[in-house]
Amino acid sequence: MSVQTTEYTVSEIRSPASFITSRVFIYGALVFWALICLFPIYWTITTSFKSAVDVTQGHLIPFVDFQPDWKGWRSLGLSPDSIFQTSTVRDEFFKRFMNSVITSVGASSLAIVIGSLAAYGLTRYRYKFAWFKNEDISFFFLSQLILPPVVLALPFLVLYREVGLLDTRIGLVLLYTLMVLPIVIWIMRDQFNSIPVELEEAALVDGLSIWGAFFRIVMPIALPGMVAAFILAMVLCWNEYFFAALLTSTDAKTIPVMVASQTGSQGINWWSMAALATAAIAPLAVIGIALERYLIMGMTAGAVK
Amino acid sequence: MAAATLGLLATILVQILYKSEVDTIGFDTWRPVVYAYVLWGVALGIGQVLTRGEDGQRALFLLPALLFTIAMVIFPTLFGFYIALTDWNLSSFSGRRFNGLDNFWQMLGDPYYRNALFNMVLYVLAVLVEYVIAFGLALLLNAQIRARKFFRVVFLMPLMLSPVAVSWMIGKSLMEYRFGPAATLARHLGWDNPAFFSDPIIARISIMILDAWTFIPFMMIMLLAGLQAMSREVLEAARVDGATTWQTFWQVTFPLMLPVSVTAVILRIIFKLKLADIIITVTSGGPGGATDSVSSFIYREYRDRSNVGYGTMLAMAYLVIIVVFVTWLLKLANRFVRNVN
Repeated sequence: MSVQTTEYTVSEIRSPASFITSRVFIYGALVFWALICLFPIYWTITTSFKSAVDVTQGHLIPFVDFQPDWKGWRSLGLSPDSIFQTSTVRDEFFKRFMNSVITSVGASSLAIVIGSLAAYGLTRYRYKFAWFKNEDISFFFLSQLILPPVVLALPFLVLYREVGLLDTRIGLVLLYTLMVLPIVIWIMRDQFNSIPVELEEAALVDGLSIWGAFFRIVMPIALPGMVAAFILAMVLCWNEYFFAALLTSTDAKTIPVMVASQTGSQGINWWSMAALATAAIAPLAVIGIALERYLIMGMTAGAVK
Repeated sequence: MAAATLGLLATILVQILYKSEVDTIGFDTWRPVVYAYVLWGVALGIGQVLTRGEDGQRALFLLPALLFTIAMVIFPTLFGFYIALTDWNLSSFSGRRFNGLDNFWQMLGDPYYRNALFNMVLYVLAVLVEYVIAFGLALLLNAQIRARKFFRVVFLMPLMLSPVAVSWMIGKSLMEYRFGPAATLARHLGWDNPAFFSDPIIARISIMILDAWTFIPFMMIMLLAGLQAMSREVLEAARVDGATTWQTFWQVTFPLMLPVSVTAVILRIIFKLKLADIIITVTSGGPGGATDSVSSFIYREYRDRSNVGYGTMLAMAYLVIIVVFVTWLLKLANRFVRNVN
């Protein structure tokens, strides 16, 4: 209420002319940046419907500049007329797609489970392992964030060869879990800290065990945070390229590796490349639009105190 | 629990003996050792609960993550330090050979590695520009506007997309020399020869732009959260005191936003230090290694030359540099925030 009244007076004090200028400027800047964000996506999607001539002449608007055609999607085996025919490219694509789904969902789930438990323990109990206290353990987990993938990649390459995990999904899942674990712990710690301890104390008085209190009382409250952490972890795993490129070759290749290997071959096969890129980004674009609230929640956890 | 420990040790021992060809009983791969480690972890957990009761139950929260991280980080890193001291090329038949500090001396004289490190400095400095843009966008989104949710989703979009796909979408097609729209636009604006990736300096800037496009939303969201958490009373008070918008920003908003800004910038720098995929897919380091980041350089060192030993040495040196740098950065940031407030 008070905010609204002050807002009113402020806009009254300002002269209408400067008010309009600032509006124009704000919306101009917003639209300009929106264009910067959307144009590459728009370009990729339309290119997947273009033929060679349309690409080279830089046609931009479908139906006005050029006649859209399923060309790019046909080469992927995903156009309406080719969807029921057998297509090796499509099979390949779905295999990679499933690999991506399995590794990112698997790694995110594993990270959520062990990460939430650790975060809960760290916010509620005092630990002492030898000379390590809570702060040191938290720091140990979070410091993994600094570790660049390249440091682990080559040792893991050799180790995985020895252990027989090279080019397997499990190998990727383990590595991705490691990669997102610090982020999950970061978010969940913030989440558990915001839940009052009194709730669990009451539950313990009522006869629940420590783990019972965790599962029955705390988990339901922390669920939104878990969802946020899960989605953020999913996005990171889905887009991961470095480990996947080094550690997989045929069986466990993920979507980004497939996209990258196509980019390497410098034929101007733009339409199929565009179709592939569109198909690769589509799931995340949908997630980004539908679950934006959780993503923002995950990213801002612990940033503002 | 004691039995499991024994089991683990026994498995490792048998395996070492087998691999060093002392005896013939053993497994073909090291995988049983992994299983033994997992079993040992489980047994350790159960043992904790049985012997220490409630304390053990508490420890059980932390144990899985701890055991996992230790196995996945400490061991490979130590192993990495060992590989770094060997002359190990996966494509050669001679296998690995301990060669002490040879890799280290080679690294010191490697102009490409130095160039990659120098590039990392440039790329990290680019974070400041990204920060200014991200702050501007956050301010825009925090203004009294309509369709805020729409713009927020749109601005967040680039972060969702896989950097590899982005590399193709922007790096390889939009910025394509002959008929990419960005090149066409540049021609219209009077740049006759819009080759984004053939001049070393322009290529570096192009890579920065690509990376910025993907990651600006990350800082923007954090800054936006900071702006929204700021109390309106302070801003109102400044306005009542007759401060202009410009003054309000520099004397109220910016200092109040400093802690969030520092967190955002540091996190972004940490991510930036891992930069690899865009460079690998767009320029593969070119022209002539000019755009290489350390990660992409090491990646090619392995991919093209299978040079595990030398590559690991480079990676380990990079790790040491990063740890020192980030520690220094955190200290600096702490002092900076404390001084201003």
